[in-house]
Amino acid sequence: MEGAVVLLDFWPSMFGMRTRIALAEKGIKYEYKEEDLRNKSELLLQMNPVHKKIPVLIHNGKPVCESLIQVQYIDEVWNDRAPLLPSDPYKRAIARFWADFIDKKIYDQGSKVWKTKGEEQETAKKEFIESLKLLEGELGDKAYFGGENLGFVDVALVPFYSWFYAYEKCGNFSIEAECPKLIAWAMRCMQKESVAKSLPDREKIYEFILHMKKIFGIE
Amino acid sequence: MANNMAEEVKLFKTWSNIFGLRVVWALKLKGIEYEAIDEDLSNKSALLLQYNPVYKKVPVLVHNGKPVSESLLILEYIDETWNQNPILPEDPFERARQRFLAKFNEEKLLPTIWAIFTKEGKDREEAMAASVENLKFVEEELKGKKFFGSEKIGLADLVFGWMANLIGIFEEVIGLKIVDERYPLLLAWMQEFYELPVIKDTWPPHDKMIIKYQALYENYHPAK
Repeated sequence: MEGAVVLLDFWPSMFGMRTRIALAEKGIKYEYKEEDLRNKSELLLQMNPVHKKIPVLIHNGKPVCESLIQVQYIDEVWNDRAPLLPSDPYKRAIARFWADFIDKKIYDQGSKVWKTKGEEQETAKKEFIESLKLLEGELGDKAYFGGENLGFVDVALVPFYSWFYAYEKCGNFSIEAECPKLIAWAMRCMQKESVAKSLPDREKIYEFILHMKKIFGIE
Repeated sequence: MANNMAEEVKLFKTWSNIFGLRVVWALKLKGIEYEAIDEDLSNKSALLLQYNPVYKKVPVLVHNGKPVSESLLILEYIDETWNQNPILPEDPFERARQRFLAKFNEEKLLPTIWAIFTKEGKDREEAMAASVENLKFVEEELKGKKFFGSEKIGLADLVFGWMANLIGIFEEVIGLKIVDERYPLLLAWMQEFYELPVIKDTWPPHDKMIIKYQALYENYHPAK
């Protein structure tokens, strides 16, 4: 199972953060390579010719693309420690369902919150909060979505927490006011070293969004 | 038989829905007995809404009263619950590749081909150009292989399987070739897949499909 592990990534990417967390949870040493997305490396284009996107996990020279596929790959290869998916097939299906839900909803809805204004932004905020509330419902009284420990859904969702502050500033709202249990969960995750060292500082993300807004010409 | 006495498997689907059809194939491949419930999507049953409250969509697999929705997730669930005739390989890298191909179909290939069907003018031209890129990738993927799963069909074959039937129907309805002689491996795979014993009796009736997609096409392209 050992062998060179390289991660092609971009520091603000929630998707890259997922893979960072999974690698950290399993205690895997790897080489982190920061990509400049306006000037993609030969290696990135060679390893992900179809999508040309990060993150790309390279293990023994072979690429695995798509963050949730990477997390499952890491879980399957390093299967002797810190399991991210449960062993029961039905519980695995539930975990995959919510990770997939996060992929389908949270990124696009969150993006709309910072990219739009007026009516469009109000709708985006409403939909975003609705999705978070559904996730809060799924969390219930558990410490983590994975139960006692970080699991697949925790890894899929917690990277977005680093973007919440930026969303709140742009949208002029409080996510904690609407979803206190989810924020409590996020802060619990941040107590874990694997999460804390994988997520960038929220002020840096906010600066990044302000910079993106300038580039996209969004007020 | 594969089921033991206590197993109860139900599948909510429709007569034509391609996502439900994938699940039918997986169940047949593993010899699992199930009850098929064909929904009328304009009048969804209370049970469907109860089993899939988040998306309210088909297919939904209900195993001993527990629902699983989203076709790709259902395929993985079936593979992990019933071990005979595995859909995913053992090797983690190969598994990742199959999942990557499945995602490619859902996010790239299927949407661009569907856009050829639904759009017109410049939008259709763009969809066709995008489809060419996507089909080229799929063709490359088949080099040196009989199926996407290699020697026998796997997850990616089940996910791409819609093409073996629906491409021909689209081409007939639109009057345009989508998968032509530029893609010989893909054409051969489509033929092979269509005829597989596990697959060939599951296709929805051709005439009914033509009528359905003809009507859909007219909705998207109303006569001026």
